[in-house]
Amino acid sequence: MQWDWSAVGDFMPRFWDGVLVTLEALVLGSLIAFALGLVWAMAQRSPLKAVRWPVTAITEFIRNTPLLVQLFFLFYVLPEWSVTLSALTTGIIGLGLHYSTYTAEVYRAGIEGVPEGQWEACTALSMPRGRTWSAVILPQAIRRVVPALGNYVIAMLKDSPQIAAIGALEMLGQARQFTATSFQPTEPITVIGIAFIVIAYPASLLTRALERRLVR
Amino acid sequence: MSVDKTPSAAANEATNPAVDGSELIRFDNVTKRYGSNVVLDNLCFDVASGKHVTLIGPSGSGKTTILRLLMTLVKPEEGTIKVAGEYLSHEERNGKLVPAGEKHSREVRKKIGMVFQQFNLFPNMKVLRNITEAPVHVLGMGKDEAEQRARELLEMVGLTEHLDKYPTQLSGGQQQRVAIARALAMRPQVLLLDEVTSALDPELVAGVLDVLRDIAHSTDITMLCVTHEMNFARDISDDVLMFDAGRVIESGSPEKIFSDPEHERTREFLSAVL
Repeated sequence: MQWDWSAVGDFMPRFWDGVLVTLEALVLGSLIAFALGLVWAMAQRSPLKAVRWPVTAITEFIRNTPLLVQLFFLFYVLPEWSVTLSALTTGIIGLGLHYSTYTAEVYRAGIEGVPEGQWEACTALSMPRGRTWSAVILPQAIRRVVPALGNYVIAMLKDSPQIAAIGALEMLGQARQFTATSFQPTEPITVIGIAFIVIAYPASLLTRALERRLVR
Repeated sequence: MSVDKTPSAAANEATNPAVDGSELIRFDNVTKRYGSNVVLDNLCFDVASGKHVTLIGPSGSGKTTILRLLMTLVKPEEGTIKVAGEYLSHEERNGKLVPAGEKHSREVRKKIGMVFQQFNLFPNMKVLRNITEAPVHVLGMGKDEAEQRARELLEMVGLTEHLDKYPTQLSGGQQQRVAIARALAMRPQVLLLDEVTSALDPELVAGVLDVLRDIAHSTDITMLCVTHEMNFARDISDDVLMFDAGRVIESGSPEKIFSDPEHERTREFLSAVL
């Protein structure tokens, strides 16, 4: 095996395009996963069965089917109902939706970790449900689960190459396209492998720092 | 620990406008079961406005359940509860009595404040905001007015210098005094006290009881108190209700219950705890 620095140089323009797509998918996908997961978790505490049941069914279904199948479904089946989205947008929504079912479980654990007495104190002060959630329960619950959420960001990063399957060319997609014409797989694959570490490692350090600060 | 013994302005504000001895709380044939376990058995009793009533009895006799029913944390299987003439667990709709909706319960409940065994302060808020949170967001009080009142209440419970701390930075006794201030900030007509000193280290109990004595003697707030502190019960109570197996088996003035109980069970219970 020979290492060819000129192949590394040739790959660079595609590489930066790929990095951009990966980061976009990661950041926007995480935001969707954080927000939607919270909605699922709160809905599962609803006093109404008509809310709890469908949410449980939807989240179980999404969590227990492969991300790749969901991506293909969103990309090829939604246009049948005249919803046409770009490959990247579809990828972001797919990642966010898939991971929201995991973050929902994380939030749920955080919410269940808030002592029952906190809910009772809110009742005793006649606080309405919305205020109970926003001022008392969520600030305590989220603080506990930030590190666990961070772990899912890293997991999402590692799943992000799957969006290349529907044509959103993130780092791996770009490396494969490059290889298809240059027949030099070693250099681009090595470069993106290192890039994954460079993105993931600071993220895990940040997660651990937050853990030290927030979990007491 | 010093507690101002003179009736403070803050304490006087917490008073209940009409103390005419009229009935404020009424339990009518209330039955509460957990599965096949009958906790309250066809219970009837009432508490007149401004009275301090202590519930005593062995654990599992249903005392705490009464407070939880009043706070709508649990619902009765049978019977009705009225607070200040309004149904609590039920509401009247088209002349019929139906189980109360959340909105109705919340309105009636605003008349009731509660202090818990485990304090249940909000750990994510500083002391001052623990007290102002509900007045501002439930009663719609202005922030300045709520803070002013919170400061007066903190002065009454002797914790002015701690208003900028988080609850976890305070001792258990201090936390419980903040919890008392928080309950009073809602200007309740009734204050429910659920074994408020049971979770405290022995040396911290006196400070909390001093605050409660002060409130009992300087306001005309109605108190319903579950406690194992018999001396405190004797001090503040107008009436003592002795519970056993979900029923009131004996009631009367503290002098009578503590020195000349009629019922054998009461005698047994008192000799065990005194």
